[in-house]
Amino acid sequence: MSRAAPVAETRPVPRALESAVAREEGIALHLRGLCKSFGTARVLEDVDFSVRAGEIHALLGENGAGKSTLMNILGGIYAADSGGVEIAGRAVSINAPAQALSLGIGMVHQHFRLAGPFTARENVALAAGALPELRGRGRLEARLSEAMARTGLEVPLDRPVERLSVADRQRIEILKALSLGARILILDEPTAVLTDEEAGRLLALMRKLAEDGHAIVFITHKLREVIAAGDRVSVLRRGRMVLEGRPVAGIDAETLARAMMGEEAVARTDPGPAAPRREPGEVLLSAEALSVAADAGQGGVHAVSLSLSAGEIAGIAGVGGNGQQELAEALVGLRPMSAGRLVLKGRELSSAPVGARRDLGLRYIPSDRARFALALNAPLSHNIAAGEVRTGALGRALLSPGRLRALAARLIAAFDIAGATAGGARPVRLLSGGNAQKAVLARELDDAARLIIAHSPTRGLDVAACRHVHDRLLEAAGRGAAVLIISEDIEEIMALSDTIHVMSRGRLTSPQGPRPDRAAIGRLMLGHA
Amino acid sequence: MTLAFLTAWAGAVPGYMTPLLLASIGLILCERAGVLNLGIEGIMAGAAMAGAVAALAGLQPARALAAGTGAGLLVSVPFIIAVVVFRAPMIPAGLALVAIGLGASGALGRAAAHKNFAGLGNVGFPEALTGLPLVGRMLFAQDAVVYLALIVAGRASFVLFRTRAGLQLRAVGEDPATADASGVDVQLHQLAACIVGCALIGLAGAYLSVVGSRTWTEGMVAGRGWIALALVVFAQWSPLRAIAGAAVFASADALIPRLQTLGVDVPVYLLSMLPYVLTIGVLVLFAALGWHRQGEPGHLGRAYIRQDR
Repeated sequence: MSRAAPVAETRPVPRALESAVAREEGIALHLRGLCKSFGTARVLEDVDFSVRAGEIHALLGENGAGKSTLMNILGGIYAADSGGVEIAGRAVSINAPAQALSLGIGMVHQHFRLAGPFTARENVALAAGALPELRGRGRLEARLSEAMARTGLEVPLDRPVERLSVADRQRIEILKALSLGARILILDEPTAVLTDEEAGRLLALMRKLAEDGHAIVFITHKLREVIAAGDRVSVLRRGRMVLEGRPVAGIDAETLARAMMGEEAVARTDPGPAAPRREPGEVLLSAEALSVAADAGQGGVHAVSLSLSAGEIAGIAGVGGNGQQELAEALVGLRPMSAGRLVLKGRELSSAPVGARRDLGLRYIPSDRARFALALNAPLSHNIAAGEVRTGALGRALLSPGRLRALAARLIAAFDIAGATAGGARPVRLLSGGNAQKAVLARELDDAARLIIAHSPTRGLDVAACRHVHDRLLEAAGRGAAVLIISEDIEEIMALSDTIHVMSRGRLTSPQGPRPDRAAIGRLMLGHA
Repeated sequence: MTLAFLTAWAGAVPGYMTPLLLASIGLILCERAGVLNLGIEGIMAGAAMAGAVAALAGLQPARALAAGTGAGLLVSVPFIIAVVVFRAPMIPAGLALVAIGLGASGALGRAAAHKNFAGLGNVGFPEALTGLPLVGRMLFAQDAVVYLALIVAGRASFVLFRTRAGLQLRAVGEDPATADASGVDVQLHQLAACIVGCALIGLAGAYLSVVGSRTWTEGMVAGRGWIALALVVFAQWSPLRAIAGAAVFASADALIPRLQTLGVDVPVYLLSMLPYVLTIGVLVLFAALGWHRQGEPGHLGRAYIRQDR
């Protein structure tokens, strides 16, 4: 703590209470046995984590691994069910955001906590209200200009934040945290919204702040950034810390990917000897140089060409946020293409609406089923019928409740949806994740399904549900449908796919050879090939 | 249009303007904290009745106004508790408040209806000032609440835009998640804004009976609450701009009886429609120009619940 910058002096930490051990090791933040559940879902299980002053500690994990929950507990937004937090060796409880701020914890959320119409100054003043020692205009102003001088960051202070670029807003968040005296800075996927050049500058700034004695927690799911910028790394998977505080120097991307995505994926499905080969049929989907324009925070898709035949399963591996979402939405018709051609069953569909594509047999299993695939408060029967209703089979102007119930009953049995009543009258939100996903499959994998786009179809599911999803997709391909699986889970891609592609920074590449190995795919995922 | 006509018309405008202005400022405070208060008409109705009852009971006008203000606040209590404490949906809660206020004032005020009482007199400025042509009556022959309302507008604007408390209040209405993460107590700020806001709305309602008509009849608020709701949009959620907005609407209001005395041959019902037609016209114009969203709090009308997944 000898390197502490002047801001530390004004923060009211009773020095005598700091444990001597922590001071010696410079441990700024220590979590012990943190647990958190939402309803029946365990989001964090017995999480230990410690960060030293002066280091960049990368926290790696897939979406839904519990990173954001962990962060919200530290920020005083959620309360942990059990476990303890120590700051500079002193046990603390963080019950409110104001407390987190006064303990010197600064957050840079993925979705910035800045009020859009307010200026940077006003946003900083807003947060400073939590700290009595910063009341009074002059003191805050002095802190702010000191933080700007120290970091070399320059941002317009008197324009509404909503008119500034994303990178500027992020800088304001960092300046805000520093002005409030943050010694522990937690950045949640800060590079996701930045260009490569901006990301490089941010990583350099993080290093500088660490050298000033700050403890930096760098949450990300980009392996190459961990290796480039981290001192130590911890990996969170499905709420558990599977790797804790390992020095980055002695670790490779392969090990990290394995820890992040899980080993059990290998055991999850039995790929069989050389994966079941189906006779490829006619070409169902062909995309030529398909591009999607980048927008705020998203990189877009650059000239992706892809062809898919009946009975074929193609897999697209890649670390999330490399254009997969944009590609899937462009294929389904939810997002306009900026260039290229899309042909489905011999028909040019580049700008066709979703309905026209569905009528040709296109089906979509989105990665975020709660938001894009299910109406959570509507009954299961309605959710299941949402596809079929277009065909008129359930009645035309007037829907037949009897046929609706019969359809629901048939599909609930066929897809083994547990927790549903016979007619599917209960709302979908009462189903577990695995059963909710089965409901999506029940709707999307009907007999008319010819081309299925499945984006992270097993995210957040347990082993049995994963197996079920995989079996259904294999079955659909067996019936002659073409299946495109987009997933961050290499094992899943390798186990199911006839052809494998890798998506990185909006581009699609294909590894050499008929059965590429993990290492080759991993290199492509990191953009090193 | 003689000078005498214009002087009299201008002199009547502040009396019409004051309740609209007070009600608008009250609404602006609520809405800047994110609370959409559609119950304003009911609050004003309750306050107008209570003010009249208090005046008839022999209270001084200032005390009658205070009684009306308190009654307005009392009527609002169920709404404030429902919306701020229990985060009930604001639109139905507000509409229910309208029904409660109109119904309760009608039932409780029956005995006080159509009885005249001495209201609040004008502030005593010298004849030299009040006698000025055109502006004399408008500026100097007015009651104390007219001046108070202007001071309130200035204070409200200062608090909202120049103080830390105001910044926090606006942040709560704009982006409660950000306010929350910044250590601002969302509910506490909404509670404070609603209490002050509903009290101002109550004062506006009490003014109608205690100062304006000096008698009470059922339904006398006559849609001024709804007009204030539109005025807030017109004022782009700024108390100072609300002064201009209220003046425009009040000018239309004040013109109606004067046109009748001039013998303009237009049915009285059509004339009475004027303020409401103006309201719709202004809202359409603002929407067409794309101005209606300027200043609108980003999270207006939606409850904020923190641990929401």
